[in-house]
Amino acid sequence: MGLNPQSVRSFARRWLLPLGLPFALAAPAWAQEPIRIGSFLSVTGPASFLGDPEQKTLEMQVDKINAEGGVLGRKLQLTVYDDAGDAEKARTFAKRLLEQDKVDVIVGGSTTGTTMAAVPLAEAAGVPFISLAGAVVIVEPVKKWVFKTPHTDRMACDKIFVDMKARGFTKAALISGSGGFDKSMRGECLKVAPNHGVQIVADETYGAADTDMTAQLTKIKGSGAQAVLNAGFGQGPAIVTRNHKQVGVNLPLYQSHGVASKEYIKLSGDAAEGVRLPAAALLVADLLPAGDPQKPVVTGYRNAYEGKFKSDVSTFGGHALDGLMIAVDAIKAAGGTDRAKVRDAIEATKGYVGTGGVVNMSATDHMGLDLSAFRMLEVKGGNWSLVK
Amino acid sequence: MGGSWLQYVAGGLTAGAIYALVALGFSIVYHASHAINFAQGEFVMIGGMSAVSLVGLGLPMWAALPLAVLGAAIVGLLVQRLALERAQARGQADVVTLIIITIGVALFLRGLAQLVWDKRIHALPAFSGSEPIPIGGATVLPQSLWVLAGATLAVLALGWFFNRTLYGKAMRATAINPLAARLVGVSTRGVMRTSFALAAALGALGGVLTAPITFTSTDIGVMLGLKGFAAAMLGGLGSFGGAIAGGLLLGLIEGLGAGFISSSYKDAIAFVVILVVLFLLPGGLVGARRSDRV
Repeated sequence: MGLNPQSVRSFARRWLLPLGLPFALAAPAWAQEPIRIGSFLSVTGPASFLGDPEQKTLEMQVDKINAEGGVLGRKLQLTVYDDAGDAEKARTFAKRLLEQDKVDVIVGGSTTGTTMAAVPLAEAAGVPFISLAGAVVIVEPVKKWVFKTPHTDRMACDKIFVDMKARGFTKAALISGSGGFDKSMRGECLKVAPNHGVQIVADETYGAADTDMTAQLTKIKGSGAQAVLNAGFGQGPAIVTRNHKQVGVNLPLYQSHGVASKEYIKLSGDAAEGVRLPAAALLVADLLPAGDPQKPVVTGYRNAYEGKFKSDVSTFGGHALDGLMIAVDAIKAAGGTDRAKVRDAIEATKGYVGTGGVVNMSATDHMGLDLSAFRMLEVKGGNWSLVK
Repeated sequence: MGGSWLQYVAGGLTAGAIYALVALGFSIVYHASHAINFAQGEFVMIGGMSAVSLVGLGLPMWAALPLAVLGAAIVGLLVQRLALERAQARGQADVVTLIIITIGVALFLRGLAQLVWDKRIHALPAFSGSEPIPIGGATVLPQSLWVLAGATLAVLALGWFFNRTLYGKAMRATAINPLAARLVGVSTRGVMRTSFALAAALGALGGVLTAPITFTSTDIGVMLGLKGFAAAMLGGLGSFGGAIAGGLLLGLIEGLGAGFISSSYKDAIAFVVILVVLFLLPGGLVGARRSDRV
């Protein structure tokens, strides 16, 4: 027997075909491509109390969906990278997700800084990118492939100024940090304050890793302000809150939705009493009236998260959940992972009830939330309470 | 406004006391080995995070804090014993080599800390409450007073140790002339180990004193190490009095700069100080306290 065409052919006919055919027929079954969801989050670093619950939520929800059969019969494959709050690292990871991991959709970008670093890459690659960060600049001007789930910083400013006016305050002091979100929210608040008849009489800043803001708060104390607005997230606002009490500023303090987590209350201690901030309904799930459309969604997510991770639920994890589920619903509506179709389906999201509110997107609105999605909360007795 | 600058000074001195403790750690190690231990900042972190863990386990503060400092001292000892002694024993005690090893140690300790603990921000309860104390037109936290008192006590204890005890004097002798010291029976190795343990303990003390005010997490070591180093350079590397003066001065410059010039560039101040010192005053304020080689 030699290695000639005839003997090879007969060998194939005798052995390979009978043995190979079953595998060839079965191939379509396990060659089903998984749906690749990519994510870059700030799991460590100064924004860790955004990225950590986001990662946990994404993993928990992906496992749940896969256990229930996946999406369109395909498994979800989640790839998460930790950018530690660094925009440069975020860019590198986004590149890796798009070029190496070839993801179908990105749900990530814990902070404005990391999100904006990745936006040009997503736009160039034509991959839908649902951001989990706050600043309005992410969706304004509207970018074809970029969406976001959290409320914008401009909405937070509006909600806060409305509350200030209701309490009779017309002069406010602003104090913000040096991060992307802080700067963006500060800019928005300065822009919209006149619309509400509020005058900004002081505008202080601090560094992202600063541990002493007594100097800035001392200046605010003497500025004639009637209320203080801290636009920031991370550990800065907790220190501002403590210093605010220490220096004896004695003015109502408003925080941004960037610190809407129990972590903030814990770090600030009893200095947090009376602090108000706009936040999603998730934080006060139990206080929502029975007919509230968000109540089942937020209660369900909260129970699942707290049951699994034994730590308090956070609105940032909620934004990650909304981002993932909007993407999943869009993939179902598009019947597959064709990027253009999924993008169109995301843009067509209407009436989606999430942890952040009821989402109605459009070609000009890639966020889909309005002011009613924000509730005004106040810290009472170390816990959240609904205002009005 | 009278009260403003007093507030800036109060904040600056509190931060300065921590920088002083870190700078003292740098000076002690430099004094003994002429190497700069870039892992010094990590000892502050280890002190603070250990205290948080111990308190979390249920230990009362008065037990958790000394244990945390002791734990850090043991880590310092292990660093010297396992990482540096080998390089020194083989006669490769080239200062640059030792410095680079400490940079590696710093990275290692930080990574290990992130595995042992987590990456979140933690706070310790204040030692005696957080009711602000009005002084002049400013308010001072009771914890700030603890920081200043703790740092002062540490400095006094060190002074007594180096000037009044035999072993302290033996350590100073080793710095002046290691060979002569060994000839009279002082173990150079023992001195190096004690130096590291002391430096680590000082750093950790700073960590536990300041955690109630500034919070702690596994990545505070870098900035604190660099600022402490700036303070040590400012005061004069190797000089203990210089380290304290440098630390307090750096804290004051930072506090006043943040208050009167701009708060956004606070961190830059320490680095500008390093540059100024290197260009104009390489010996620091005290002038290079060179050990006499006889």
